[in-house]
Amino acid sequence: MSQSYNRGLVEDFGRWREFSAGMWAWVFHKFTGWVLVGYLFTHIAVLSTALSGPAAYTGTIRTLEGLLVVRVLEVGLLAVAVFHILNGCRLLLVDLGVGLERQDVSFYASLILTGAIVVASVPTFLAGVSL
Amino acid sequence: MSTQLPQEPETESEPETDAETGSQQARRMREKAERRERTRTEETPDLSDEETRVIKVFRYDPEVPEKQEPRFDEFHVPFEKGTTVLDALIYARDTYDSSLTFRHSCRQAVCGSDALFINGSQRLGCQTQLGDLDEPVRVEPLPHQDVVKDLVVDMDHFYEQMHAVDPFFDPDETPADPMVEQSQTRANREKIKTSTRCIWCGACMSSCNVAAGNNDYLGPAAINKAYRFAMDEREGSEKKRERLEIIERENGVWRCQTQFSCTNVCPKDIPLTEHIQALKREAVKENLKFW
Repeated sequence: MSQSYNRGLVEDFGRWREFSAGMWAWVFHKFTGWVLVGYLFTHIAVLSTALSGPAAYTGTIRTLEGLLVVRVLEVGLLAVAVFHILNGCRLLLVDLGVGLERQDVSFYASLILTGAIVVASVPTFLAGVSL
Repeated sequence: MSTQLPQEPETESEPETDAETGSQQARRMREKAERRERTRTEETPDLSDEETRVIKVFRYDPEVPEKQEPRFDEFHVPFEKGTTVLDALIYARDTYDSSLTFRHSCRQAVCGSDALFINGSQRLGCQTQLGDLDEPVRVEPLPHQDVVKDLVVDMDHFYEQMHAVDPFFDPDETPADPMVEQSQTRANREKIKTSTRCIWCGACMSSCNVAAGNNDYLGPAAINKAYRFAMDEREGSEKKRERLEIIERENGVWRCQTQFSCTNVCPKDIPLTEHIQALKREAVKENLKFW
């Protein structure tokens, strides 16, 4: 062999239409995981305002909840968290070797369940909290 | 070609008169012309009254300067019910371009030579029906492996990984009488049955995203090989411990992210992810001995 040709990553994200259920589950699990890690920092930042006294904390929460963007983002956060939990349960089954031949079904089930819960929560979140 | 070789010295050693040489040469020239005529007609086969399919084949040849730039060649091949991708490739090579290079041997999904990237998925050419695929059928060499020529990829790395798990039996004790069978129970046979079906085609390794980004990862095929021996009750306890040590290293089973790509593409329907997960549990059990 004189020379060989390296085509690099043939199966990159350009082929996302050909991804299978297991691959999508992995992509979504990674994505939601990172979003949750990111949220954790803002969560701590918001909670830390309580260090400056109860009034500062209540003021911060009132301001944030008064913004429509924040309420919409909260719906997204719920979607991300619910999917991560449900797919986490699916991965637990995968690790235990239970029903691996039906893993695609459990992925679709967790997607549908996530969708249902999120849709059901939309009125509650968009109405906001009355403090 | 090789069958003709022994005849050559025979004809040379025969004493020939001028007349004989002349007639023989004339005969040879005639045969050559006939053959040329035959190949010429074969080069332009009339496919107008036949059902045909179009295949687009990846071409690359590092030894010819004009072919160093990879390209796709289109071939029109006859189609009937049962035509496989390998049939199409063989037709294209024999009819249009004899330089078209690909590996194949048994044509019945046993040798594992013709794993190809067909319409965006790793499949065996001999097992894939042309009728099941959208046109034009794209035939490419396996991804994540270096291309040597056209559809031929360098399998050395794959074989290295396969050998890395010591794919051989090493029982604690063998029967004194060599004629005595070393049998296993039916239940144990069932447990390892699917893992023994591996044909070393490399489709799983090529489909694995983790193996693509990490050349040190053993890959699904090698781990399946380890499973085949580690789960066999005839395996020696010392060897089983050694084998588990190999697969639980940094680039062993724990690199698997359960994307199920390998299980989806395996032409022998081996539940690879299931076997990898089983070995993960074995490795944990080996390290967590509370009893």
